[in-house]
Formats: sequence, structure tokens, C-alpha cells
Amino acid sequence: MIPRVPFRPAPGHRTLMGRGLLMFLIMTLILGTILPLGASSSPDVSSRNGQDNHNHSHRSQDHEGKHHDNKSRKAFPVLEFDYQHVRIPFEIALWVLLASLMKLGFHLIPRLSSIVPESCLLIVVGLLVGGLIKLVGESPPVLDSKVFFLYLLPPIILDAGYFLPIRPFSENLGTILMFAVVGTLWNSFFIGGLLYAVCQIEGANLLRVDLLSCLLFGAIISAVDPVAVLAVFEEIHINELLHILVFGESLLNDAVTVVLYHLFEEFAGVGTVSVVDVFLGILSFLVVSMGGVLVGAIYGFLSALTSRFTSHQRVIEPLFVFMYSYMAYLSAEIFHLSGIMALIACGAVMRPYVEANISHKSHTTIKYFLKMWSSVSETLIFIFLGVSTVAGPHQWNWTFVVMTVILCLVARVLGVVGLTYVINKFRIVKLTTKDQFIIAYGGLRGAIAFSLVFLLDKDHFPDKHMFLTAIITIIFFTVFVQGMTIRPLVDLLAVKKKQETKRSINEEIHTQFLDHLLTGIEDICGHYGHHHWKDKLNRFNKKYIKKCLIAGERSKEPQLIAFYHKMEMKQAIELVESGSGAKLPSAMPSTISLQNIQPKKPADRALPQLSKGREEEIRKILRNNLQRTRQRLQSYNRHTLVADPYEDGWKEILLKKKKIELEKKISQMNNYLTVPAPPSDSPTMARARLASDPQAWRVKPDTDNVPTIKVDLASPQSPESVNVVDEFGKRGGQPQREPEGEDGGLTMKVPSSSGKAPTKADSDDPREQQRLMRCLSDPGPAPDEEEDDDEPFLP
Amino acid sequence: MGAFHSVSDDHPYRDLAAKTGFSLEQIGSLHNRFKQLSHNEDVLKREDFNSIPDLACNPIRTQIIKAFFDRRNFQGNGTGSVQEIGFEEFLTVMSYFRPPSSRMTEEQREEMRRAKLRFLFNMHDTDNDGTITLEEYRHVVEELLSSSGTLGKETAKGISDAAMLEVASITMGHMEPDEFYEGITFDHFLKILKEIEIDTKMHIRF
Repeated sequence: MIPRVPFRPAPGHRTLMGRGLLMFLIMTLILGTILPLGASSSPDVSSRNGQDNHNHSHRSQDHEGKHHDNKSRKAFPVLEFDYQHVRIPFEIALWVLLASLMKLGFHLIPRLSSIVPESCLLIVVGLLVGGLIKLVGESPPVLDSKVFFLYLLPPIILDAGYFLPIRPFSENLGTILMFAVVGTLWNSFFIGGLLYAVCQIEGANLLRVDLLSCLLFGAIISAVDPVAVLAVFEEIHINELLHILVFGESLLNDAVTVVLYHLFEEFAGVGTVSVVDVFLGILSFLVVSMGGVLVGAIYGFLSALTSRFTSHQRVIEPLFVFMYSYMAYLSAEIFHLSGIMALIACGAVMRPYVEANISHKSHTTIKYFLKMWSSVSETLIFIFLGVSTVAGPHQWNWTFVVMTVILCLVARVLGVVGLTYVINKFRIVKLTTKDQFIIAYGGLRGAIAFSLVFLLDKDHFPDKHMFLTAIITIIFFTVFVQGMTIRPLVDLLAVKKKQETKRSINEEIHTQFLDHLLTGIEDICGHYGHHHWKDKLNRFNKKYIKKCLIAGERSKEPQLIAFYHKMEMKQAIELVESGSGAKLPSAMPSTISLQNIQPKKPADRALPQLSKGREEEIRKILRNNLQRTRQRLQSYNRHTLVADPYEDGWKEILLKKKKIELEKKISQMNNYLTVPAPPSDSPTMARARLASDPQAWRVKPDTDNVPTIKVDLASPQSPESVNVVDEFGKRGGQPQREPEGEDGGLTMKVPSSSGKAPTKADSDDPREQQRLMRCLSDPGPAPDEEEDDDEPFLP
Repeated sequence: MGAFHSVSDDHPYRDLAAKTGFSLEQIGSLHNRFKQLSHNEDVLKREDFNSIPDLACNPIRTQIIKAFFDRRNFQGNGTGSVQEIGFEEFLTVMSYFRPPSSRMTEEQREEMRRAKLRFLFNMHDTDNDGTITLEEYRHVVEELLSSSGTLGKETAKGISDAAMLEVASITMGHMEPDEFYEGITFDHFLKILKEIEIDTKMHIRF
């Protein structure tokens, strides 16, 4: 999905001067766009290639000329103006820059962006720019279909496919397919047929439009467009079911559109379609869709397999993801299969395996690159749509256009209502009237339809311009009217919105529990239903596929544990990123600590050596700090980690600081906290390590009140840990120093084991145990200015 | 299906249909399954469940089977467990997995949600003291992870502790340091699982 990055205002932006500066910048850029276009002879983007060759030959001639002309020497040019040889990249970069500045600009005017969806604003900008260019006298560049299909569309689709929510998609697959296939077929034939009927009417002057042309037009215009749907639905935050239904439909109808388009285009020249052709068409549909998915899946598996071996070359991991996906798209396009479905299949198939293999930074890179590219693509598409409207040769025919608009709407409504009636017989969660309305209303058309019409051959389709005009009108109508009104309508009809709550671990546990429960009940019933097959697929996946596609230990990690680690890491990063201050990013402020849930054992009470005051202080610290559980901010095992020198440096400083603090610390603490260690090479842990921010170890000024929790790990130690112990060992002569291994850390162990004093026993073999320093975050009694919101570990 | 039922068969079915909400055909097919599992006897024993091959791979099968023999799920007021069940009890337990019908009122839907969540609660609360203690919750998580071997045991403890802490945080808000959170009561259970739409998720197609 294309994110709307929250607009964090830099100090200048909100002021009038800031806005003025930005406007000035945009104006300059627009003018700058026009000038080069004026400077060159043929501004049409699609004739780039000709220019290139021309330039090359020109330059080589120039060189020869210079050699010959030694006699008439010119003065050596200090400053030259040679625009031609950077012309194309320059213009592309300029357009992209313009598009991005536009996006920035919109959010400066808050009221505007909440009423009008961004796509509309971009089209308007495109219209303005196109108008300006036309004023200057040049012909504005038109959205070239090749550029659109090969460069602008794939990033958007890949972004959608990679982040496709698999669970709701697969649960509603039947419904989505019905809408995509049957719905689109119904739409195209209804519109095409009725348009032909309209064309037959005498007065409209449209007799020359034959049936096949009309049907082709109907096929092109009936497909719901993923770009437009994404652009509008992104902003209205509708509930997941409706989102996935409309969006899934827009993705899967590509196969139908491709088949119908090629079918009608093929036979437009011939003039008639026989029964055999219809049969072949159906066969072609199956081939196109299944073939596309197959191609995508193959590339997806290849990509997953490749990611298994990238552990030593983390930097190029995102590249593999992008290139394999793009290859999938292009390969599908070679055979005229559905490229969109290939891309979706590739992204969806490779994601779980790739994410298990790649590092955290690569994951972030992939996410942000995809969002960035798809955002830029979308912006460019809409702007060019506006510009092409001004540019393109138009042929306005009132009857045709108006009838098209009306028929589109009618066909959509009838299709949705009819299909829902049939679908609801098979669904458990029925689609209500409100849902149907939103589905019907959300059927937006967009740039794909436009580009398809643009590709038509003028000879076969003399009415190409009329089609173009009609398509543009429809697109404008759906994007502007429907796009703008859908948000107030959603509010008016009180349609359920997307729930913003985060996934809690309880929900995850119970979702898994429910899955197994329902599978079990189905087995008892002897009923091979949805859950049974899902379970079988999962088991097959676990047993065979994961083993070969996921590297190392990770392949055996059950989902719940993976989820748990992921959540921990996320929270750790959140806390670190939330910066200094005691404000924890906690949605549930509570003072509940670990003590509250651990069952009380008598051993807990026996702290003879601990003064009351000390105990109270420690309790207070624990209580105040424990908002979120399980913070792992420090590496476990340095073996497999690429050493981060920054982190090392901090660690040294921290250790020194801790040394000073710890001399007064609670040596007599008898509580221990044992922490189970995940396998040291699991990528989640690697990610946690890499993600751990050195900031977490910022030096604390108020040292007295910070106990440190040291944790015993069962895993073998690393050289560094020995260093830790060594360092502690070196600084001898500290008063009240506890025996070796213990070192004054507040170590907490689960009370289920004996709470007495294993200090001695533990310290016997300090080198045998890996010590882990846990820093207790410190709101404490004194106000802190660090962010150190680490939390003690829960067992 | 209907053709093979004599009139006398329909009457007990009709009672059951009224009580559990199944349709007559569904009851018929479930009865066939019951007879198949119990080898044509009138009662079903625990060992009969072992003859289902697919169930063997299920990590929580012991708890599922126990749920069938748990009197709390029979919609009476009994507690404890029985050794064998008849068709009526079988059907009653199955009725917890019915999908909500479109003709239900909001109230009925809410009641169905409560019943389903109560079923889940009973599955976790093995000693029937009305709360899910830390130990019981740990057991649940351990069972879920039981297929992963020894790796699961320690992390299960961590996960269940974390989950418990979360429940406590959501439901209690503020606790003194020496207060003790007894366990998850049914109300707390309802609260934390509010987000999962149980009535649409917990059902199978009969």
C-alpha cells in the first residue's frame, strides 16, 4: 500500500514564509520543465530513440570537424551549454521531482487534502502543466503505453503483491474470483452490447462503430483499476474485508481483461467471431491466469532459494527481491500471460521465506523502496493522465460519452447486486447492502484502461479518438466524483473502519489455538473443510518447503515463537526510537509488574540481609519500569554478529560506568531471573542485535539508583562475555565487591527454583556462563533524561 | 437424506434441532458420523477418538477430546468429566461451532459469542476454579508449541508470562506491588478477546 507518511513539520514549513518558499520552488520547477521542452525540437517522449541516434551521429561529426579545422581556431570555450546530451534523463528527473514536490505541496494545505483525494489533485496539476505547455506552443508529452506498462505499473503492483494480507485474501478468494471474472465479463458484454445498440440509433451519427469495436471498448472500460482503487481506498481506511474484496478484484481481473482485449483485437480485422474462437478464448483465459500465477510462483521460489544464501552479502538482498519480481513480470509479458497476476504471485509466494532469511535492514530497505517507487509511479501516472488529457486528440460525441458513463454505472450496480445474491448463498459472513454499495461504488477506472486504448491500432479502430475521449471522461468521473464522495459516504453509512489495534500476544495465541481447534473438530466431523486443507498445507510447508528455502535454524521455529520474537524486537526498537524521556510508547499505562503475576513463594520473603529501604526501592524501580515485557537490546552472542564498532565502543563506556555504580549495589539479592536464549544464529536475534541501538547504552549521570540485572544464559559463552567478566575481575579492590561472577548485578531468577543463595554456586564458574548485561531503565526516583527504557527480562 | 428417516426418527431430531439449532439434515449426517466413530454403539468413549488418524497430528488433541467429555459444556450445570457420552452430548458440543445465522438479533449474537468464549475458557480452565492461572496458561502455550521439542518449553514460559502480564495490564490497569493477580477470570477473558470476532471465526461448515 502506498503510505501516507505523517508530515512532521520542520520548523520552517508551517510558517507563511516556509509555504511561500515551497510555492516558489514549485513554480520554478514548472517553468523549468517548460523551457527545456521548448528548447528541443520534438518534445514527444516516445520519440526519444530517434533523438538519441541523432545526437550520437551529430557528436561524432563534430569531432571530425574539429580535426579538420585546425586553421580557424576558436577561443577555448570556458562555459558551454550542451543540453541535448543529458536531455532525456534530465527531463525524467525533472518530472519525478515535480511529482514529488507536488505531493509535498498538497499536505501544506490541510483542509484540501482531507476533502479531495490525492489522485484528483494530481490530475488537476497534470491538467495545469499540460495547459501551460500548450500555451507555450509545444505539444505536451503523452503517457506512452510502453513506458506505462513496463516502468510505471510494476512497482505499484509489486508493492501491493508483496504486502498482500494473505489470510483475508485466501479466506475470501472465492468471492474475489467471482467478482473479478464473472463481474468483469458481465460488465464488458453488457456495456459493449448496449453501446452497440445505442450506436445503431439513427440520430447519433455512430453507425460506423461495429460490434467488435464496441465489445472491445466495453472490455477495456469494465476493468476496475488497481492504481485508482489503491489511491482512493488508502485514504478512507475501510475495514479489511471490503478493502480486500475490491482490491483483490482489481488485481485479478487483469487476466480477463488481457484475454478479452487480445481476443477482440485479433478479430477486429476479420470482423466475425466463431464458436471455436469463443472456446479458444475460454481456454486462453485459463492459460493466461494459471500461467501467470505459475510463472510468478516459479520466480518466487527462485527468489526464496536465493535469499537462503545471502547471509554474507546482506547488502544486495533487496536487489534480488526486486529483480526476480521484475523478471517474473517481464517473462509473463513475453508470452502475453497476465503480468499482474505473475507479479502478485511472485511477491506473495516469496515473502514468508525471504523474510525469514534476510536481515532486518534489508527488510526495511525493501519496504521503503517499494513504497517509494510505487508512490512516485502513482504520482507520475496521475499527472501524466492530466497532461495527456490536454494533449491527446479528442473527438467528443455527446451520445457516446454520456451513454458510456451511464452504462458503466448501471452495469456495475447490477453486476454487484446480482453476484452478491449468488455469493451469499455460499458465504458464512454474508455481504450486507452497505457492503454491496461500497463495492459497487469503489469500482474505479484508471490509467490501465487509458493505456490500453492508446495501444489500439488506428487502422483497425478508426474511432480510437472517440474511445479515448470517452475513457478519459469515465476516468475523470470515477476518480473525481466517486473518489471525492466516497469518504463522506463511508462516514454517513457508518461502514466499519479498519481497526488500528496492534496484534497482542494473547490474540496470536488464541488465533493459533482456534486454528488447531477448528481443524480438530473438522476431523472429528469427518468433514474435509477449509481448515483441514489449510492445516495440511501448513504441515507440508513446514516439513518440506521450509527446510529447503529457509536457512539454518530458523526453518524449525514455530510460528508462535517467531511472532513472539518479532514483537519483542519491534518493541525494543520502538522504545529505542522513542528517544529520551520517560514517555513509553505504551498504549496501556499500567503499573503492573512481574511480581504481580508470579505466585508468591515463601522463599521470596526471606531476604534477611536486605534492608527494608533497599527492597522498597528495588520494588519501586521494578514497578515503574515494567510497562512492556521482554526487551532485548543487547546482543547475546557475538560470534555470528558482524561487529558493530559503534556498539562495541558504547559497551565499553557502559561497562566502565556500571563498574562505578555497582560497587554499592545489592550484593545480597537473592532473586534471579533466568532467561531462555533463542538459538544464537536465528535471524530474529540477529536482527535484534543489528537493530539494537547503541543509544540504548547511553551513559547515565545519576548512577546511584540504577541496579543492573545480569542474566544467566544457558548457551555457551563468547569471547566477549569472558572479556566482560575479565574486566570486572580486573578492577579489584572495590569495597563490598560480591564474589566473582555475580558482580553486584541484580539478577533475578524465577522463584520456582530455590530462591536461596546460589550466588556462590553461580559464581564458581563465571567463565562457563555467559553473562548478559541488562540495563534497567531508569525513571526511578530521579527524573531521567535518557531514553533508557529497557525493561528487565521476563522469563 | 430425508427419505431414509422414518417418522419416528424425526421426533427426537426435532427436539435436538430445537435445543441445539442444527437443521434436521445436519443432525442426520452428524448422527451417522457418531455411529461410525462409536462403532454403532450408543455411547462414545475416549478411545474412539483415537481412531481418527488426522487428529493424531493435532497438538491440542488431548484438550479437544477432554472438552467433549466435560460436563460444563453440556449446557446443564454439571461439572467434572464423564467417561462416555451419548449423541445428545456430542451434538451439544458440536453446536458451539455453528455459524451465526443471518436472522439472528444482536442479542442472540452476543449470547452466541459468550457461549463460544465460555467453551474456550473451559478448555483452558482445567481445574474449574473460574480462573485461568499462570500454570494453566503455561500449559496451553506448551501444548501449542509441543511439536517443536525442547526448544518450546522455555520459550513457552516466557511467552505465557508475557501474555499473562498483558492480560493483567489490560484488565487491571493499576496494581500495588504486593498485590497478586490471581488469574484470568471469564470477564477478563472476554475483554482481551474482544478484538477477535469469535462469532465469525469459530465455526465450521456442517
